[in-house]
Amino acid sequence: MKRTLVTASLMAAGLFSLPTLAADIEVSVTNLTHGNHFTPILIAAHDADSHLFQVGTEASAALQKMAEGGDIADLDTAVTGNAGVTSANPAMGLLAAGANVSGVMLDTGDNTHLSIVAMVLPTNDAFMGLDGWEIPTEAGTYTMYVNAYDAGTEANDEIINGGGMSGVPGIPAAPGGDGGANGTGVMDNSDNSNVHTHPGVLGDMDPAGGMSDLDSRVHRWLNPVAKVVVTVK
Amino acid sequence: MLAAATLLTACGDDNDDDTVVVTPPAPVMQTFTVTVTNLTANQPMSPVILASHASDAMLWNAGEMASEALEKIAEGGDTADIAALSVINSSVNGTGLLMPGMSETLTLTLDEAEVASISLATMLVNTNDAFTGINSYTIAGMEVDATTAMKFMAYDAGTEANSEAKGSMPGPADGGEGFNAIRDDVDFVHIHPGVISMYDGLADSVLDASHRFDNPVLAVTIMRTE
Repeated sequence: MKRTLVTASLMAAGLFSLPTLAADIEVSVTNLTHGNHFTPILIAAHDADSHLFQVGTEASAALQKMAEGGDIADLDTAVTGNAGVTSANPAMGLLAAGANVSGVMLDTGDNTHLSIVAMVLPTNDAFMGLDGWEIPTEAGTYTMYVNAYDAGTEANDEIINGGGMSGVPGIPAAPGGDGGANGTGVMDNSDNSNVHTHPGVLGDMDPAGGMSDLDSRVHRWLNPVAKVVVTVK
Repeated sequence: MLAAATLLTACGDDNDDDTVVVTPPAPVMQTFTVTVTNLTANQPMSPVILASHASDAMLWNAGEMASEALEKIAEGGDTADIAALSVINSSVNGTGLLMPGMSETLTLTLDEAEVASISLATMLVNTNDAFTGINSYTIAGMEVDATTAMKFMAYDAGTEANSEAKGSMPGPADGGEGFNAIRDDVDFVHIHPGVISMYDGLADSVLDASHRFDNPVLAVTIMRTE
């Protein structure tokens, strides 16, 4: 966590005179899952030393808020407060499975790296994430496939109970109206409290009970879960 | 396959009778650090082996039979046979299990003359024969301070049926058997289809939902430091 959103003080002090490479980029994001929504997406351009998340390290409180409840406000504030630029919630709400948001314009200014995050819903704390991709200086179109990560902050009990605040167990909602109820809960025996590749959800086929409130026929995924296309102008 | 690769032998036939004493040049060493991170939820990884070898050696080939040395890693986490292969010119082991979410940095210092490729292998221990690693990555020509970051998928050695049954897996979820020379699966290396678990209809499985995994399972950063 110590390197998350930390300014490189040398850079900030202007000791390096890097060439100013103000670049206009155009971003599109496609939800590749079968039946999961993305909550509001955060597209962020920042310096080389900043990260919204890093695998193998603990999630920041701001990341946890996004991963458990879809709230990108704190991450957005952290980026813009550190001279980064963002497009917050370009899809104007949820991005359904199979849907895409395109034509998102970002003037990156002096920022050299791009990160993108959004919660995968319905899950306890899954998010799709691009971590610090170096924006090419050469004009062109670049395509990336993005994986789903587990923030490591909440047990994957797969209970839909409205719980979206950090530290509150459970899943906020199943936006597709395809979730179940009265599940007894999946026992999550993982001790991994760092950000890691999400193992996927289990689900079951009992909408009125069973272990999980997720539907194993609808809510499972395999990586990658998002396609990102960046056009450098 | 490693076993099939031949050893290059020095062919110095400079047998004339010159009495000139040649002082061999001091070897120039290069040092590489390899940082590995276990990206799974609940699959501890067996102590990794990081090995240096010629560029044409491969630890495995998808679609082909696993070597017995690889089978020993994939079923039981035993790296000794890999380390002993003649094509391996240097190897180093991790200090212990690489737990989920944890990272470890291994260091290889090599004579410049033998810098070619590296491989790394480790077992996902709560499985029958899943493994991951680096399969012959070229480090020759890396500049000092150059880094490269990559992520890797889980493979199935194809040497042991994925029964997930009690007594069949060496990891903490089971505490069962490691290597067994009997091959009772498809007998070719392939991308692992994932574990099923007792929660998902495999009644005999001792695994639960947390033992399931998706790719990638391993993050690696290679850096040349000297």
